[in-house]
Amino acid sequence: MRPEYLFYLLVFPGLLFTGMLGLVVGWVDRKVSARFQFRVGPPFLQNFNDFFKLLGKETIITKEAVASLFISAPFIAFAMIVLVSAMIGTAMFFGSSFGGDILVVMYLLMLYSVMIILGGASTGNVYASMGAGREIKLLIADELAFILVCLVAVVKSGYTLKLHEIISFQNDNGAFIGSASGIIAFVVGILCIQAKMTLPPFHIPEAETELVEGPLMEYSGPPLAFWKLSHLMMWVTFPFLLILLFWGGFTLSGLGILWAILKYLLIVVVMIIIKNTNPRVRIDTALNFFWKYAAPLALIALILAVLGA
Amino acid sequence: MGWYHKRLAKSIWVFHVSASPCNNCDIEILDLLTPRYDVERFGIKLVGSIRHADVLLVSGIFNQKVGPRVQQIYAQAPKPCFVVGIGTCPASGCCFKDSYNISKNIKDIIPIDLYIPGCPPKPENMIEGIVKLVEVLNGKE
Repeated sequence: MRPEYLFYLLVFPGLLFTGMLGLVVGWVDRKVSARFQFRVGPPFLQNFNDFFKLLGKETIITKEAVASLFISAPFIAFAMIVLVSAMIGTAMFFGSSFGGDILVVMYLLMLYSVMIILGGASTGNVYASMGAGREIKLLIADELAFILVCLVAVVKSGYTLKLHEIISFQNDNGAFIGSASGIIAFVVGILCIQAKMTLPPFHIPEAETELVEGPLMEYSGPPLAFWKLSHLMMWVTFPFLLILLFWGGFTLSGLGILWAILKYLLIVVVMIIIKNTNPRVRIDTALNFFWKYAAPLALIALILAVLGA
Repeated sequence: MGWYHKRLAKSIWVFHVSASPCNNCDIEILDLLTPRYDVERFGIKLVGSIRHADVLLVSGIFNQKVGPRVQQIYAQAPKPCFVVGIGTCPASGCCFKDSYNISKNIKDIIPIDLYIPGCPPKPENMIEGIVKLVEVLNGKE
């Protein structure tokens, strides 16, 4: 292992950078949502205050809980997200490989959902178990479409699985979003992300009004703080992944920096608009939507990509 | 009170405990969370699970049935945790104070840190009360 890998993992595209940016983007989300509802919204440092407050609270482990799983699930999930963001960030900013390709990214993002399921099911709480069950169903719903979306970028970049080669291919031949298959896959990708992050309209597992936060219900103190932080870091990881796969990554020189920020904010704002204008769907509606419409659409995009469109 | 309490003062997550109220205070609490008053400006958020709560908003009169339940809920909350009594009922018993079934010593059931009297208190009153709690957390008297 080379020493700069530690820097990648802990400081720049990894833990520190993604964590800070995630907490700031979490504020953008809350502020824009507040403006949607004609409110003022929270102050800029609100998510930082929430995180540090939760770090100092008591951690309660219930009598029925499987203590080892209950405590380790949030930290393993956090480690997954740090690893994924380090991989994507290294490919985006340095144009080199961190040692993982797109298959590893897909597996790690799926393992994050598995950790939510394990953490929720280990609490011994009925509502948390129901939330974990719904998370499984949501994973079954969105996973196929998400894999197909990732495959479109792989096929279009000449069957390479390396993240930095996908970017360099787009730098030479133009971004995939300009082609028919690229734009279809990009739109389906945004919807899959919405489900992967359990944002409305797909916040079926967390469902505040019926399941009171679902799998996170029994968590308190530092484990809850890390669940919240990993969820906010996904606001960075997933849009970066979409930009990497379809929008040609970032060029960090001159006007490229402004263009990079605009690309990122555009995806985030589209996600916030979808989040604020749609009510929660039922689990069967979500399954219908992903298997009857999103996945076939992604398949069409994949066929178009194979044919060269 | 230090750095941690300043963070706590800026991020108060409230949990709503209805200890057999007449429902008037609860409606006023819900008013507090509407866009008109928008307490998210101060970082106050209503949470559904007791494990996430920093402040319990207790409304209503404690009778012999609900008293043990409130005690159990307080025991389930992660500390540090503060209790705010909303309305005249937790403060003095209001018009129910001579009823046969109410608990005489509320202080034994749950330690209330702050009373916001009123039947029901206006949302402005509640914001003033929370501001006082925040000032105490920040180390001002």
